[in-house]
Amino acid sequence: MVSPGTLAAANNQTRLLDDSSPTLNQNQAQDSIDVVDINLESRNKVVPGSTNSRMTSPTMATTTDMRKKWQVLPGRNTYFCDGRILMAKQKGIFYLTTFLILMVSTMFFAFDSPYLAKRVTIAIPLIAAVMVVFCLATLFRTSFTDPGILPRGTAAELADLERQIEPPNPDNPQYRPPPRTREVTIRGQTVILKYCFSCKLFRPPRTSHCSMCDNCVENFDHHCPWVGNCVGKRNYRYFYLFLVSTCILSMFVFACNITTLVLVTTEQGGFLEALKNKPASIVEALVCFISIWSVLGLAGFHTYLIAAGITTNEDIKGAWSKKHDQDAFNPYSNGSAVSNFCSTLCGPNTPSLIDRRGIVTEEYTKTLCQSSHMSPAQPYIPVQNSTIDGATYPRQAIPRSSLTTSSSSDSSTYESCSEDRPFSRHHPRPAHPVSFLQLSDLSTTSSIQSNKDSMVSPTNSNASTLRFSAALNSVNSTSSPTQQQQHEMQPLLPAGHGEEQCDTRPEDAAGSPQPSPGVTTSSHDAFQTPSQCGILKLSSV
Amino acid sequence: MANSQGIAMENITRQLQGKVFIQRDYSEGTGVKFQTKLPQELTDRIDQARFEFTVNKLNEFYAEAERLGARTYCESCLACLTAYTVLVCMTTHYDKCVKKAGLFIQQQNDEIYAPRGLVITDPFTRGLRVVEITVYATDT
Repeated sequence: MVSPGTLAAANNQTRLLDDSSPTLNQNQAQDSIDVVDINLESRNKVVPGSTNSRMTSPTMATTTDMRKKWQVLPGRNTYFCDGRILMAKQKGIFYLTTFLILMVSTMFFAFDSPYLAKRVTIAIPLIAAVMVVFCLATLFRTSFTDPGILPRGTAAELADLERQIEPPNPDNPQYRPPPRTREVTIRGQTVILKYCFSCKLFRPPRTSHCSMCDNCVENFDHHCPWVGNCVGKRNYRYFYLFLVSTCILSMFVFACNITTLVLVTTEQGGFLEALKNKPASIVEALVCFISIWSVLGLAGFHTYLIAAGITTNEDIKGAWSKKHDQDAFNPYSNGSAVSNFCSTLCGPNTPSLIDRRGIVTEEYTKTLCQSSHMSPAQPYIPVQNSTIDGATYPRQAIPRSSLTTSSSSDSSTYESCSEDRPFSRHHPRPAHPVSFLQLSDLSTTSSIQSNKDSMVSPTNSNASTLRFSAALNSVNSTSSPTQQQQHEMQPLLPAGHGEEQCDTRPEDAAGSPQPSPGVTTSSHDAFQTPSQCGILKLSSV
Repeated sequence: MANSQGIAMENITRQLQGKVFIQRDYSEGTGVKFQTKLPQELTDRIDQARFEFTVNKLNEFYAEAERLGARTYCESCLACLTAYTVLVCMTTHYDKCVKKAGLFIQQQNDEIYAPRGLVITDPFTRGLRVVEITVYATDT
């Protein structure tokens, strides 16, 4: 809700990959405070000069109309063909893979096939053609399929979780809350489910968070740059078949090249003559010979993994290894290698859970967690109103991105504060440098950001003071180095990107005690750098 | 603008009492299965037997979807033989089961849960992780 004397805070909820042009709704709120509604895709850009425009969309909902979910889904994926195709962001090595396969097969069909078809049998090019098609089909299938991304936890679910967690103890601010884990028993084997702070869910068994794509992926195997996608539950079989078919294809092509060279040598009476006659064959043979070993090794490794019923991720972590625990066994194995193979290669074709091509409805937007990084330890840190009184306010800016749960009130109201915002020089000490939007207000809003030049009228209300102190606390506890890194990397992207960054947050936050007024002041200095970093970015756009 | 929205939100929050989440049951592996225990919050709204029936039936749909039967094998082999191109124009067995489960939830909502002020959300829309039950205030 935009109330007088407050600036609207932005909420960064999704990361979109493509830089689309900004769509701005200019909003003139009361007391000449301008709120700019930035479309999700346009978070990276702020268009200056929107100060005196009329309000165009009271509910801020128009920009969300008729968008499809792939446009708003979090995670760093790229989508093509209106969301039908999903890939990781970095695709360079995928293009290399495709190029290598296409190059070798084209050379084979151009130079070796006609000779071999005439000399040996017509079946050779036919078999090669089938194999190339299968190989490319499985490659594209692996790369373009959703690997089994789990949709993020909903706001209501997060609120429910917060309720279950023990309330803060104001007498003991040093108390470290227990880590967020859940224990489940799978076929008699105890498995600990970790909470994913990025996806706001307890990761189901075998699910892991891919730090490249910023998604939790079911049966996560690994992130494969060669195919430009994660390998998980939904594309593992394609990946395995791609490996096997590439392996067979390269061996086949290699064998054909050798055959060609041998035949030409016997015909023309010298190996050098054959090389002069068929230079392409030796190039193909070299490429195949080099690639065979890596592909063969990988295919063999995955054959072993499938037979044992484990993923690469579990293999690396040494889960179910008898070394550590004699009683450990793999609860996901079906018992025998054959049945493991059957279930992996011929199991059900599970549908994608993220509904990429669904329309973004108002209900859908309401279920989203509005901020991308919910700092986990904040609920435990008691909020004191007094911390703000008498403290020096940052003149320049307030660090973007802090989100807190008001400890006393209903846990479903999350207040978010984001975006660096320089304060007006005419108001050296604004009473509400940052304002917050409640979740309910953002139900249809993608992202709101106040104009950086807007004035702040210093009015006072206890509620907003409390909120601001909460913001400072959370800023204090959310470890500014993390923020700074994110600023440096992608200054206006919402934080909470890397899994590692998220995982370190509880310790950081729990380790920093309740800020006293003095601490609050010093913390301003601490976050000057990231904020200024953001300002530079803002002013440069 | 802001005020009217606030009032609307208030009305909603007055009606909405909360949400209850039924978690997955992993005791038999990673197959989709939900816990059948009736949550404490719902004990005054619905009895254990009815609730258990709904969840068990839901579990059956998902078990059928994930069963390694002849149908699944044929489907997968056919897909593999066509280099997985057939999946583009085919509704898989899993999809059909998920759709059936969705229809079942709708029917259960209409007949049993809605009169008691409860609404079950199709777990498929929540990534098959939780069954979300929304609790609304009843008139009585």
